[in-house]
Amino acid sequence: MTQSNTPSALLEARDLEIAFGGVKAADGVSLTVNEGEFVAIIGPNGSGKTTFLNICTGYLKPTRGTVRLAGRDIARLQPRAIARQGIARAFQIPQLFTDHTLIDNLMLSIAARRGIWQALTPLDRPAYRDEAMDLLQLLGLEKHAHTLTGTLPEGQRKLADITLAFALNPKLLVLDEPTSGVSSIERFEIMETLMHAARQRGLSALFVEHDMDIVEKYADRVVVWSSGTIMAEGSPAEVLKDPRVLESVVGVA
Amino acid sequence: MVSTLIPLFVDALANAAIIFFVAFGLTLAFSVLRVLNVAHGSLYSIGAYVAASFGLWIISAGLNPWLTFPALLLSAAFVAALFGPLIEMTLVRWTYGRGEAVQILVTFALFLILEDLQRLVFGVSSLYADTPMALLGISEIGGIIYLNYQLLLIAIAAVALFGTRLFIRHTRTGRLLAVVVADREVSEAMGINTRRIFTLAFTLGVFLAALGGAMATPTMGVAPGLGADTMVLAFAVAAIGGLGQIEGAALAAIIVALVRVLAIYYVPELDAVAPYIVMLLVLLVRPYGLFGKPPVRRI
Amino acid sequence: MSKRMLALIAAVLVLAALPVVFPFTRFMLTLAIAKGFAALGVALLLRAGLISLGHAMYFGLGAYAVAFLSAKAGISDFFVGLIAAAVVSGVAGLIFGAFLVRYRAIFFAMLNLAVSMVLYSLFSKLYGLTGGTDGLRVGVPSFLGWEPARQTFEGVLFFACLILMLGAGWLGHRYLQSPMGQALSAIHTNELRLEYLGVSAWATLLSAYSVSAMLAGIGGALTAMAVGHVLPEYLYWTQSGHLVLTAVLGGFSAVAGPFIGSITLEGIHTLAVGYAAEAWNLIVGAALLGVIFFLPNGIVGLLRGRRAAKAEEVL
Repeated sequence: MTQSNTPSALLEARDLEIAFGGVKAADGVSLTVNEGEFVAIIGPNGSGKTTFLNICTGYLKPTRGTVRLAGRDIARLQPRAIARQGIARAFQIPQLFTDHTLIDNLMLSIAARRGIWQALTPLDRPAYRDEAMDLLQLLGLEKHAHTLTGTLPEGQRKLADITLAFALNPKLLVLDEPTSGVSSIERFEIMETLMHAARQRGLSALFVEHDMDIVEKYADRVVVWSSGTIMAEGSPAEVLKDPRVLESVVGVA
Repeated sequence: MVSTLIPLFVDALANAAIIFFVAFGLTLAFSVLRVLNVAHGSLYSIGAYVAASFGLWIISAGLNPWLTFPALLLSAAFVAALFGPLIEMTLVRWTYGRGEAVQILVTFALFLILEDLQRLVFGVSSLYADTPMALLGISEIGGIIYLNYQLLLIAIAAVALFGTRLFIRHTRTGRLLAVVVADREVSEAMGINTRRIFTLAFTLGVFLAALGGAMATPTMGVAPGLGADTMVLAFAVAAIGGLGQIEGAALAAIIVALVRVLAIYYVPELDAVAPYIVMLLVLLVRPYGLFGKPPVRRI
Repeated sequence: MSKRMLALIAAVLVLAALPVVFPFTRFMLTLAIAKGFAALGVALLLRAGLISLGHAMYFGLGAYAVAFLSAKAGISDFFVGLIAAAVVSGVAGLIFGAFLVRYRAIFFAMLNLAVSMVLYSLFSKLYGLTGGTDGLRVGVPSFLGWEPARQTFEGVLFFACLILMLGAGWLGHRYLQSPMGQALSAIHTNELRLEYLGVSAWATLLSAYSVSAMLAGIGGALTAMAVGHVLPEYLYWTQSGHLVLTAVLGGFSAVAGPFIGSITLEGIHTLAVGYAAEAWNLIVGAALLGVIFFLPNGIVGLLRGRRAAKAEEVL
C-alpha cells in the first residue's frame, strides 16, 4: 500500500467497512489497482471477495471508506453511474438478456455507451453491428452471434457476459470468478482469449479466482482475502509460496 | 371533542378489525405460496353474501335469532371449504413456476369471473342482515354510547392475532407453515409435503377473507362492488405493514383506522381516499412497508 | 415487398372497406380501434413484464379531458381534444409513473389498481366538476372549424381512427426496435444487467409508462367522441381488466396485436351483448384464462406460427 499516490493508480479503495448481521465482510480493506494491471483476488468462500466487488461496482454501499476511480470517489454511486465512469462488471452467474440473441445483447451494451435515449431509430444499425461483430471475433464468439443467449452453453454464456462488459469500453474490468462453472480445458482458453483482449485494449482487470494455476499465469499481483481483511498481497510467485496463504486458501480451493 | 372522537374511533377500529382479517388472509397466503391472490377481495364479498343470505333465512324461517352468530362462522367455513382447495388445486397450482406475470393474470381473471358470478347468484340489490348487531345492543360507559357488536369485533381481532402467534409457535402445523415460509427449498428437501401446506395456507387465507366478510355483514349492506374495494384496501393495509408481516398488517389496520378518524373529523371528503394516501406516504419512505425487508439478491 | 407487409395492407384495406359495405360495423370498429390504443399502451408495459391493472384511469382521463373541453370550455375541436387528452394523460402518467415504476410484479399491478380506484371514486363523487355518476356529455366535435353533422362525423371519425392507428402502429413499431424499446424488454429478462450497462431501468420504464398512459388517453378521447358521453365507469377496474385481456389476447410481441385483440373482442362483445350482457366480465375473465392456458402469445403468435412464437414467448 505504499504506491497509493502514484499517478498510475486507477482504482483506489481505502479503509472500506461493511457488515451483515454483525459479521464484517469488509473490515478496513484498502486495495489499489494500477493502470494496465491485472489484479487477482483469492481467498476462502465467505471471506468477502464478492462483497468487495459489489462495493466497487455500487451494488452495496460501505458504512465507511472511499473508492476512487481515477481520483473520483464512487463509493456511494449507483451501479449505472459507476458503469458510466468506466468500471464494467462480469458476474459469477452470467447476467444476460436471455430472450435476445448474442449480437442484440452486445448492440444493447454498445447503445448503452453511445446513447440509449433514442426512441425511433433502430438498435440494429451498421455501426453497432460492425462493432459488435468485431468484439465477438476478439472473444471468439462470432459463430454464436445469432443464438439466443438463454440457450448458449455455460462456457459461452460466461464469455458472453464478459463480452457485454467489454462493449462498454471500460477502464477497469471487474470479473467475478470468470472461470467458475467452466470445464478445466475451457478455462485456459477463456482466460487466454480474455486477457489477450484486455491487453490489446489496454484495460486493467480485477478478478476473483479460485484456480491457482490461472492466478499464477495471468495475475500481475495477488491479493489474499481472509474474513473481511487482506492477509497478504504481492506477486503471484511470492504470495503463492507463503505458508499461511497455502493453508487458508489453496487448501480450500 | 373527546365524546365525538371516541365513538368515531371505535367505529374505525371495528372497521380495522374486519380489514385486518382480510389483509391477514392475503398476507398469510402470500408468505406461504408467494402468490398474491388478486381475487382475495371477492372471497370476502362472497363470505358476506353467504352470511347475509344465511342470516336472513334464519330469521325468515323463524329460528332462534341468536343462531345468526354461529351462522357467521359457518358461512365463512363453508366458503373456505368450497373455494379454498378448489382454487388452489386448479388455477393457482398451475401457475407455480410460471412467473409472477402469469400468477397476476390468472388470479385477476378469477377476480373478474367471481365478481360477475356474485351478481348472477345474489342479484344486484343490497342485502341487510343486521340481526347480530341488534341483538347485542349498546352499552353506555362514561356518557359515551358504544355498539357492543363493534367491541366484539375488536376483541375477536385481538384474539385472532395472539392466537395465530400461539398457533405458529406451539402446533406442528403452525411450525410447518413457518418452516415453509422461511425456506421453501430446504423444507422440500426435508421431505415436508409443501403441496398440502400450500392448500392449507390458501384455504386458511380464504377462510379469513370470508370471515371478515361474514362479520362485516351486520354492520353494512352487502352490494356489488364490495369485493374490488376490499381487495384494494386489504392490499393497502398489507403493503403498509409489509407484505407477509402479520403484526405489520395489524398495526397498519390500526394506523389506517386512526387516519380515517382524523379525515372524517377534519376533511370528510378525504375519508375514502385516506388509506391510500397513507399507503403512498409509507411506501415513499419505506418501499417494502413498515415491517418488510427488501429482498436481498446475491450476485 | 415482404409477405408481412402485403398481409398488413390487405388487412387495412378490408378494415377500411368494412364500414362502407356494412355500415352497422362502423361504430363497433371505431370503438375497437379506440380501445386498441389503450390496449397498445398496456402491451408496451407487458413487454417489460409489467401488468398494469389500472390503465383504465388514463383511458378515463383522456375521455374526461375531451368532455371538460366540450362541456366547460365550449371547445369541441377534434384535434384540440385529442392533443389535450394526450397531454393530460401523458403528464398524469409521468407524475404517477415516477412513483409506480419503482415497483415490479404484484406491487406494480396492485398500486396501479389502487391509484385508479382513487381516481374512480373522485370522478364519481365530485359531482360539480365531473357530473358524478351521470358523467358528462360530449358535443359533436368539429374539424378545424368544419362542423359536420353527427352522421358525417361518425364516418370521418372512423377513418381518422384508422389513420391514427396506422401512425401509432408505425411509431410503436419503430420504438420497439429502437435502443429504448429494446432496453424496455431487457428489463423483463435482466434488469440487473441493464443497470450494470449504465442504463437507468427507472427512466426507461418511466418514459414507456408515460407513453403508454398517453396511448390510453388517446383511446379514451376517441371513445368519448364516438360515444358522445363519458362516465366514471371508464376508469373502473373492470375496464382495466378488459384492456389487459385485449393486449394478451392479441399478443404483445407486435404492435398489431392489441388492435387485432381489440377488434376481435369488440366483435365478440357485439355478438354476446344480446345473450350475456349480465355476464360480460365473466366472459372476459374466462377468455383471459383461456388465452393464458392455450394461446400465451396471443393471436399474433398464432399468425406467426409456432417456431417464431416460441422464441418470443413472454408470459
